[in-house]
This record gives sequence, C-alpha cells and structure tokens, in this order.
Amino acid sequence: MANITKEEIRKPENLVYKKTDLLTDKALSYCPGCGHGTTHRIIMEVLEEMDIQDKTIGIAPVGCSVLAYDFMNIDMQQAAHGRAPALATAIKRLMPEKFVFTYQGDGDLAAIGTAETIHACNRGENIVIIFINNGIYGMTGGQMAPTTLPGMKSSTSPYGRDTHLMGNPLKMTELVAQLPGTIYVTRQSVHTPSNVRKTKKAIRKAFENQKLNKGVSFVEVVSNCNSGWKMTPVQSNKWMEENMFPFYPLGDIKVNTD
Amino acid sequence: MAKVVGDIVIDIEKCKGCGVCIPACPQDVISLSKNVNGKGYNYAEPVNDDCTGCMNCAIVCPDGVITVYRKKIE
Ligand SMILES: Cc1ncc(C[n+]2csc(CCOP(=O)(O)OP(=O)(O)O)c2C)c(N)n1
Ligand code: SF4
Ligand code: SF4
Ligand code: SF4
Ligand SMILES: [Mg+2]
Repeated sequence: MANITKEEIRKPENLVYKKTDLLTDKALSYCPGCGHGTTHRIIMEVLEEMDIQDKTIGIAPVGCSVLAYDFMNIDMQQAAHGRAPALATAIKRLMPEKFVFTYQGDGDLAAIGTAETIHACNRGENIVIIFINNGIYGMTGGQMAPTTLPGMKSSTSPYGRDTHLMGNPLKMTELVAQLPGTIYVTRQSVHTPSNVRKTKKAIRKAFENQKLNKGVSFVEVVSNCNSGWKMTPVQSNKWMEENMFPFYPLGDIKVNTD
Repeated sequence: MAKVVGDIVIDIEKCKGCGVCIPACPQDVISLSKNVNGKGYNYAEPVNDDCTGCMNCAIVCPDGVITVYRKKIE
C-alpha cells in the first residue's frame, strides 16, 4: 500500500462490507465469539438480499437467543420453550403469504420441543427451521442436552456423558430427514469464512424453498458455546472441528426440492 | 498491473475481543490490543497495512463490528 492513504480507501464507493441494517444497533447479548451472533447476521443478510424483510415473521425460542427479537429488525414472536414450530405452524397457516422461520437451540428443539419439531416436520409445514446445535444448554449454565456428545463434560455430566447412564445423543437432523414432510435438510457451521458462506447459501435455499410450498426446510448450524464448554472462543471452534464434526458431519442430508 | 488494497474499520466499543477474526485473516492484519474498551474487552485492531479487503474477518465476526473497504489501484 505504497502511495495510497487509508482515507482514500475508506470512501463510500469502496465499501464492500458492513453490518446489515436488518440487525439493530443493540449490542448482542451473546458471549464473545458465540456463533449465535454470526448466524443472526447471515439470516438477516439473506432476508435483505431476497428483499423479504417486510414479509418475514421469525419465532424466537427460549435459550440464549430468547432475545433474538431485540436484534433481528423484523416482525418476531417469542414462543414458549420448544413450541416454536407449533407457533410457526399457526402463523404460516393464518398468513400463508409470509415467510416464517423458527430459530431454536438444541435444548429448545431437541429436548423440551422434540414433539413439536418432529410433528411439524412430519406434517410438512411450509416453514424454515434454523437449529443452533451447541451440544449444551447454554443459557442456564451449561447443563447436558440430548445433543451432548458421548464423554463430553457439562455441568450435569462433570465426568463426561456416560451413555450407559445418560443415554445417547440425539441426531435430530438425521431424524427429521427421514420424515416425508421435510424437503431440505442440511448441517452447516459458522466458525470460518468459508463455512459462513456455505451456511448463508443453505439459509438462502431454505427461504427460497418456502415459495415452493412443499414442506419444511431444516438448517442445523453446529455452533460453539465457549462459556458452557469452558474454553476461549478460538479454542472452542477448534474443539468443535475435532469433536463435534465427526459426530455431526457437515453437509446436505436431504435435498428434495424438485 | 491492477492491485487491490483494502482497509477495515472496527467498532472498538462493540468489539468483544473474542479473537475469532484473527485466524480468519490471510494477511495477519488483526491483533488484540493491549488496551481495553469501555466494557473491558481487549478489542481487535489492524496492526499492518496488508489488508486486501477480502472480508473474511467481517464475515466471521459474531458481533458484526467490522466494516471493510476495497479499492483497485492501477
Ligand atoms: C418451560 C421451561 N423449562 C425450562 C426452562 C429453563 N431453560 C431456559 S433455556 C433452557 C435451555 C436452552 O438450551 P438451548 O435451547 O440449547 O439454547 P442455548 O442457550 O444453548 O442457545 C432451559 C432448560 C424454561 N425457560 N422454560
Ligand atoms: S452461554 Fe454459550 S450459547 Fe449462550 S451466548 Fe454464551 S457462548 Fe453463546
Ligand atoms: S478484509 Fe481480509 S485482509 Fe483485510 S483484515 Fe479482514 S481478513 Fe484481513
Ligand atoms: S471477531 Fe469481531 S468481536 Fe471478535 S475480536 Fe474480532 S472484531 Fe472483535
Ligand atoms: Mg444449546
């Protein structure tokens, strides 16, 4: 950068990336480095690029992302714990012209909300489900979730999850892929630039699918909970690659959109 | 030959010092400051002029606090 000043580069015509206005200016309530924030941002970028922000209704869960409606500058409704797919069902059926999505953690979607998730997916509701799987109950202090890996430590499995005593982790994404009501089921992550780009494409596809009126598009984002895992954000992303991805492999599981 | 130069602006008061942007930068532009912001976080800051405006750092920043500029120079 020999003979050009920063002021010459920092001109409006050279702007290539800034936070979308569909995220409010409130500071996110998430811990430093948490994938919830990244996922919020790319959902909002997709809505902006599709120009459907005025036609979209999001459902916030219970969990760390309970306040998602404070950050996503669109119409939102907050559901009782685990009930987001039921609420989304009602909203989409009453307002079929709207794009409707849920945003749910693994405790919300795969524990208390298992029934709602499975039945909405089996009925083939025409909604998008975004599933943030960090293998733990982040909000309440890092308790074991159905998604916690075998041997993984949590505040309620301090010696690691013993599957004989505590049962096996639940792969909700593989499970819903078996149901006739899902048309697109994929697992992604948001910890590197290339993964963020892939996840954004998947979320875009999920929202585009809603125009087909054919069923649920389900996007799992394997994410970190560095506070619950008791690691730094960068360590947690590495741990996620080494431990979460072998058990929760990334990629499309079902694409049935034709 | 046309060359691309870039620059980033970090909203240091909103940065949480998570460091996720650091390994994402192919040019090793970013480092955490020894100073802290109003919330007590060691915020991220550019430490050299090698930015190409590739946007990697901004794309992975969980708090969306990085703005990126890119300019072609002849
Ligand atoms: C009916 C009910 N039961 C239990 C709780 C307590 N609770 C709050 S958040 C949560 C788990 C959230 O975990 P997850 O969905 O994985 O979200 P994360 O915080 O990890 O993103 C629980 C059990 C509650 N708020 N309401
Ligand atoms: S507790 Fe975990 S999931 Fe919740 S904001 Fe912190 S890092 Fe994210
Ligand atoms: S835009 Fe690219 S080169 Fe510039 S600081 Fe960010 S990651 Fe590094
Ligand atoms: S990723 Fe964002 S919040 Fe984290 S250190 Fe970098 S600029 Fe700050
Ligand atoms: Mg969780």
